[in-house]
Amino acid sequence: MERMVSELPDIGARVLIIDDENQIRKMLKVALSAHSYEIEDAATGQEGLNKVALFHPDLIILDMGLPDLDGLTVLKKLREWTRIPIIVLSVREMENDKILALDLGADDYVTKPFSMGELLARMRVALRHATKTEEEPVLSYGGLTVDLAHRQVTVEGNEVKLTPTEYDILKNLVIHAGKVLTHRQLLKMIWGVDYQQEAHYLRVYIGQIRRKIEKDPARPQYIITESGVGYRFIIKD
Amino acid sequence: MEDYLTRLGKLTIFLGASFGVGKTYTMLEAAYEQQSQGVDVCIGRLDYNRSEFDFFVKNIPGIDNTISTQVKDIENNIDAIIERKPHLVVIDNLASSNPKGQRHAARYRDVEEILQRGINVFTTLNIYQVESLKDIAEQITGLKVADTVPDRLLNIAEIKLIDISHEELLLRLKTGKVILPDNADQNPEKFFRLGNVSALRELALRYTAQRVDQQLNDYMKTHEIKGPWPAGERILACVGPSPFSAHVIRTSRRLADAFKAEWCAVYVETQQRSPGDEKGYYQLDSNLRLAESLGAEIITLTGENVANELLAIAERKNITQIVIGKPLHSKIIELWKGSVVDNVVKGSQGINVHIITGGPTSDTKSAHQKNQEHKIGLFPYLLTIVAVTLITLINMFIGFDLLNIGLLYLLPVLFSAAYWGRGPSILASVLGVLSFDVFFVPPVSSITVHDLKYLLSFAIFLLVAVMTGTMANRLRAQAETARRREARMAALYALSRKIVVETDIDGILSTVVNVIAETIDGEAAIMLPNQSGVLECKSFSTTIAKKENWVDEEIVCWVFEHGKIAGNGSETWGEKDCLYIPLKTEEKNIGVLTVKSNHHNHFLSTEQSQLLEAFANLTALSVISLQLSAEAQQARYFVKSEKLRTALFNSISHELRTPLASIMGAVTSLLDEGELYNKADRDALLLTVNEGTIRMNRLVGNLLDMARLESGMMQLKNEWCDIQEIIGVALQRSNPTLQDRKVSLSIEEDIALIRADFVLIEQVIINLLENANKYSPSDTEISIIATKVNNELHVRIINEGYPIPESDREKIFDKFYRSITSQHITGTGLGLSICKGIIEAHGGQIWVEKEEEKVVFCFSLPIILLPPEILCGKDGE
Repeated sequence: MERMVSELPDIGARVLIIDDENQIRKMLKVALSAHSYEIEDAATGQEGLNKVALFHPDLIILDMGLPDLDGLTVLKKLREWTRIPIIVLSVREMENDKILALDLGADDYVTKPFSMGELLARMRVALRHATKTEEEPVLSYGGLTVDLAHRQVTVEGNEVKLTPTEYDILKNLVIHAGKVLTHRQLLKMIWGVDYQQEAHYLRVYIGQIRRKIEKDPARPQYIITESGVGYRFIIKD
Repeated sequence: MEDYLTRLGKLTIFLGASFGVGKTYTMLEAAYEQQSQGVDVCIGRLDYNRSEFDFFVKNIPGIDNTISTQVKDIENNIDAIIERKPHLVVIDNLASSNPKGQRHAARYRDVEEILQRGINVFTTLNIYQVESLKDIAEQITGLKVADTVPDRLLNIAEIKLIDISHEELLLRLKTGKVILPDNADQNPEKFFRLGNVSALRELALRYTAQRVDQQLNDYMKTHEIKGPWPAGERILACVGPSPFSAHVIRTSRRLADAFKAEWCAVYVETQQRSPGDEKGYYQLDSNLRLAESLGAEIITLTGENVANELLAIAERKNITQIVIGKPLHSKIIELWKGSVVDNVVKGSQGINVHIITGGPTSDTKSAHQKNQEHKIGLFPYLLTIVAVTLITLINMFIGFDLLNIGLLYLLPVLFSAAYWGRGPSILASVLGVLSFDVFFVPPVSSITVHDLKYLLSFAIFLLVAVMTGTMANRLRAQAETARRREARMAALYALSRKIVVETDIDGILSTVVNVIAETIDGEAAIMLPNQSGVLECKSFSTTIAKKENWVDEEIVCWVFEHGKIAGNGSETWGEKDCLYIPLKTEEKNIGVLTVKSNHHNHFLSTEQSQLLEAFANLTALSVISLQLSAEAQQARYFVKSEKLRTALFNSISHELRTPLASIMGAVTSLLDEGELYNKADRDALLLTVNEGTIRMNRLVGNLLDMARLESGMMQLKNEWCDIQEIIGVALQRSNPTLQDRKVSLSIEEDIALIRADFVLIEQVIINLLENANKYSPSDTEISIIATKVNNELHVRIINEGYPIPESDREKIFDKFYRSITSQHITGTGLGLSICKGIIEAHGGQIWVEKEEEKVVFCFSLPIILLPPEILCGKDGE
């Protein structure tokens, strides 16, 4: 189902789970071990921070609601010294925390309750981005191809004319394919730090891009909206 | 307490023409007779001890239940009487005033309070002490009547007339059987003149006869006996700010009594005839109050012309008789001002006009005027003289012609009129005329004039001076009154403005006490009853240092119970330092305001107490409205939460347990005997688990949303949203529920971005989609249509199926409400109410549209703002 799965070197990757709920840890351990991940877990924020130094994980799954330090604090402390990919677990009602976590450097988020497939897909994307070293000149997902060298976009083999801004937005989404980008991150990438509040710019441009690349702009296949958070270029066949 | 509410005690008045006729004796005799019939009788108050009374005093107990021969020992202690609660209490001399230190200044007020407690009272009264007969009696006897009793007491009383002949009375006087009242410093012989006594006897007899007649009429009326009724007379009394108006009022009351007519007292304020100063307003106020106490309806009008207004109201109210006072000023002034009486008489078609001649008015008025002129002092007069002298000197050194000289002399007249009033202006004019005459009009240095036409000039000069003086005087007085009124209104307005922003009672009270303390330069406190009904201080002004024993509990309770003002200068406990004002509304008394001036032994002015009363009323209103709204909210909340709780338990327990049951069932089967099932069975069981969790997740989400909406924690995170995008996300998230359901979209092309909370609107669409899915056959299409209508975005979600009944269209948005037609489909009744909450929080509306064979839900969102322009297009788009 996931096209990139087999190609990615995530077999045997070390994963640290920081969550205070015993049930969740147990469930994740079983499920992830079955997918050939090496698992270590921590029940508190402090324990988690210690284990990061000892265990040297390739990926961290961090719950936002911890009993001692809150998830955001743990995230901040981690980001002071490491770029290990971090996926945060959150609940639907806390959009603000998700955005904060992403802006603070979390790689992605999963909303509780989640399906295992969803979590695995996020983990793969995060691991892939972390291991990728050089930019490929041509990125291709499904029927959409972005030729970075020639600034050219084709859908099902037909070239699509994009304005420079539209192209910049699409390019950034495609480079981070599979990963969510917050409004703020996108705005900063395209317009610079002064425009981080102007979310309506994105609404307008994303609408325009969708009309050009999607079959049905109301049911997008490439750029999906993560409501209240940002946008994600979806990796799917 | 209940007794007091349900039954008023019966009052029996033993009425006589004067003292000495044997009222007290007859009263005691009657009381004794009652006692011997087994009635619980006691003596509340006897003013005079006489051997004649000994028998009764020995046999009828006092309020403390002791039998005493010392009549004077039986003090009038109202609280003791109320506590003792006899069936009948004897209180002598209804009209007398209480000694200082008592609760009420007048004894009849004690009696009223005792009657209110359901205790019957025997009392005595002389005819000349009846309020409405007071001035007639004064006219007859030539003596001042100090204490009177309002007619309302006589109206509720049974009257027993004690009548003896003049000869008998004189005999009693000679044999020492008459007790002269303490204050009777008059010569008894003079008082008991044949003429006097006969006139008073006649008055008493007539009064009683009238009452009997009235009772007969009442009897006939209540028993519906047809008879020759007097035509419905209506009497109008014209009231003004003069003390003489009291006479008009009393006369009207007597007329009204005689005709058994309704009557009203009317005051017309015009620009020319306003009370002028504070004293005038006070007099007017007391006149109107007198009229009210005598049973008149009070009407105050403003207009251009007194006579016209009077006639107009007379016509409106079908007045048949007008009572008006005869003006006291001379014919000349009348010609100048126009006579109200003449105009009323001229215009009174079919209305009888009674013109009443005045008595003591002129005295009071001139005294009042003198008093005012005294206030001016000598200084202005001196200045006036200096000014006239200066003008004379100027005129002497600069040789103007006579006309200009004369005109220059008008200057001091004008200035002194404008600044000091009539006196100095008249002085200026007289001096001016004299100087003009002596120094300038030939022959100079002599009062005589050659040309007689100068006399005319002098006369005009004087007239001008007097008129300007008078007008300036009046203007100043009016300005002063206006200023005071304005100050009062401003104070009230300021207070009301401060109160409005307060949201709780404590806030209001502390604002009020501090404003009042500031206004009267003193201290203030407010007492309200606590939950068990005991009055306690809720708020003190910050100026009070010592809060203990600051108020007199007894007075506070009394004021609270009776809703009447007491303390400092009022009729009740008048000698106290504090003034106690009830906070009352039409229905009930809600508390007591206590104020105390910082200046010792200082009585609050009428103006101040009026202002305080206004403050108290305003406070009462604000407090009561706050209390009422709080109570109403509480009640609503209780009813709602009760209903909710039931619905919650019924609905949630069912909705939560159903998926849990399926999950548990499936999981336990797999755990216990997993090997029994083949792969297909296991998958089926796991799918059940999956469905159960999805359903529970949705329910928990709904419950959380509801809780956030209810608790007010749902804060809109407004951002610019594209409705197409929201619909897209909602569709994507509804995928698991919708499965392969066909959903058609129609979104109008150029709908601008809207300002909304993306996630919440998405939730609304998801909920509506879920609903549409649930209530329509699975092979039918669901459509979403977004259009722009004027300044609103309308989104419709349409599915095929049974239209929602008319009666349910509003209710289905209520929490936990489920339409009868949908009982067979599971649901909590939360989804739509969440939609409603969210849409209304956005300032939009949600409703069900009527359509055949279809269910159409529509919500609207206002498009108020347009998104800001995109400034930084690198593309130049």
